[in-house]
Amino acid sequence: MNASLTLAKRGHVFWQRLKQQKILILMSVPFLIHIVIFKYIPIWGWLMAFQNYWPGKPILQQTWVGLENFRLLFDDVVFYEVLRNTLAMSVIKLVMGTVSSIALALMLNEVRKIRFKKAAQTISYLPHFISWVVAANLVRDALSTDGGVVNRALMSLRIIKEPIMFLGIPTLFWWVIGFSHVWKEVGWGAIIYLAAIAGIDPALYEAAKIDGAGRLKQIWYITIPSIRPTISILLIMNMGYLMSSGFEQQYLLQNGRVIDYARVFTIYELDYGIKMMRYSFATAVGIFRSVVSLILVFSTNQLAKRWGQERLV
Amino acid sequence: MNRFRDKRWEDIFLDTFIYLSLIFLIIVTLYPFLNTLAVSFNDAVDSSRGGIHLWPRKFTLYNYETLLTRTQIYRASMVSVARTVLSTALCTFSTAMVAYTISRREFVLRRIISFIYVLTMYIDGGLVPTYFLIRALGLTNNFWVYVLPGLVSAFNLIVIRTYISGLPDSFIESARIDGAGEFTIFLRIILPLCKPVLATIALFVAVDNWNAWFDTFLYNSANPALSTLQYELMKVLQSANTMSGSLLQALSRAAAGTSNTVTPRAIRATMTVIVSVPIIIVYPFLQKYFVHGLTLGGIKE
Repeated sequence: MNASLTLAKRGHVFWQRLKQQKILILMSVPFLIHIVIFKYIPIWGWLMAFQNYWPGKPILQQTWVGLENFRLLFDDVVFYEVLRNTLAMSVIKLVMGTVSSIALALMLNEVRKIRFKKAAQTISYLPHFISWVVAANLVRDALSTDGGVVNRALMSLRIIKEPIMFLGIPTLFWWVIGFSHVWKEVGWGAIIYLAAIAGIDPALYEAAKIDGAGRLKQIWYITIPSIRPTISILLIMNMGYLMSSGFEQQYLLQNGRVIDYARVFTIYELDYGIKMMRYSFATAVGIFRSVVSLILVFSTNQLAKRWGQERLV
Repeated sequence: MNRFRDKRWEDIFLDTFIYLSLIFLIIVTLYPFLNTLAVSFNDAVDSSRGGIHLWPRKFTLYNYETLLTRTQIYRASMVSVARTVLSTALCTFSTAMVAYTISRREFVLRRIISFIYVLTMYIDGGLVPTYFLIRALGLTNNFWVYVLPGLVSAFNLIVIRTYISGLPDSFIESARIDGAGEFTIFLRIILPLCKPVLATIALFVAVDNWNAWFDTFLYNSANPALSTLQYELMKVLQSANTMSGSLLQALSRAAAGTSNTVTPRAIRATMTVIVSVPIIIVYPFLQKYFVHGLTLGGIKE
């Protein structure tokens, strides 16, 4: 009886506080409704994956087909190509992006001329802010066989004899994606490592100098070990996004010749789902991707947390 | 003595390597932009002979005249500007407002609101269900599809909330003693104090909106009046090699009667410059804000 009384009292207090906070509620609840509409209602649409959806009828009156769409998906040879491409390009982008950003941060940190450092940094951010539409234009021009700067440079250095059609060779496509990713994001990615380097205790460097360590040794024995936790955490967290290797970049740089190596999940959903009006199939692809991503994100987050705690101990 | 000399050699070697690498990076980053700029100011037929690097050979404004007098491009620019301005203002204000409510420790709905937003970072309805929702809401072939769906995003919300939580409570307490209501506190005290983080978020939202083309492609491609600059450039890019795009055809027809002419390459270059210039002008001024904002979001998240 005592318990129910306190419970009732607590309920009363809750309502009273709710009333007191009506301005805060007015300021937030409309947006809560907004996010539920735009982010949670589409999940209701996942039902389509278990139907043979045909536009025009309400979703609950469609023909149910069970797991048929998933069977189709796992029987599709293209699906395995898509999975391979997505994972391969994700890994290439993650490794090349991380290594190049760390290298840039280490180099910028060694520059003593502040003006030059600032200028280099500002310029290195530039490609991050332009759209992939613009970047894809620039990449196509740079790689063109008809006077593209990359082919010209390689030819004048006598590395190749005649122009290479970089965007026409399927096996090169992943590397085009990797290098264009580095070109666009290296400066942006370096920001976080520069912040980590700025947080290193200067006393460590003083001690190393007294011990006679040169700058290379200081980088190797102090700077890199000090930012290792940042590197690991970022790597682990980014592994959660292995299933989303980007879409715009591949979509805008691909063409018929290389499509078998360029097709990632969203392109697959567009070309084999929506354009063929196989809405249920496209939804099944989306569910597969979401569920695997979710598992990846949570397991890598757990890993990062456990790892972080171990570091603290 | 010997050791001293070794160190000097190491310094010289390291500095040379670093400066050369950074200069290489600067050239590789800037060359494509400068080359495109030169091509856009060069006579189109002359450009197709090749050999344009950093400076136009036969200077002309004809490429810009041809493009900027097209109603299609003019309209698309207006739509791009409108969506960017509206989204930036509405997103930044709304996100800050929600962030303020969930930063108040006494707010009863604080946990549930945070949870609902954070969960959206991990789940995604997917292309088809989202498309059907947008259509059911009547947002296809509608300008508001550019602004409404992304009004408050979880990532921006967390960044602003983290910033507000770091502000001293005494400001809010003293305002409350003076009898200010929650909305007044938010508007008069929190917003001005949040200027650095709001500048960062505004830049992110503005860049995202200016650069977006996929929403136009999915939802508004049936209505040319709602096209955006990025989408127009995307269409030119997709059709440039074949000259099949309607814009390219129209442009080469328009040029047929005159001595001047345009080529796909010149159109692409000119469009690229028009689309990139606003961003290139704005971002260096916001640098100190976004560098700080990014490290804030990255570390505290």
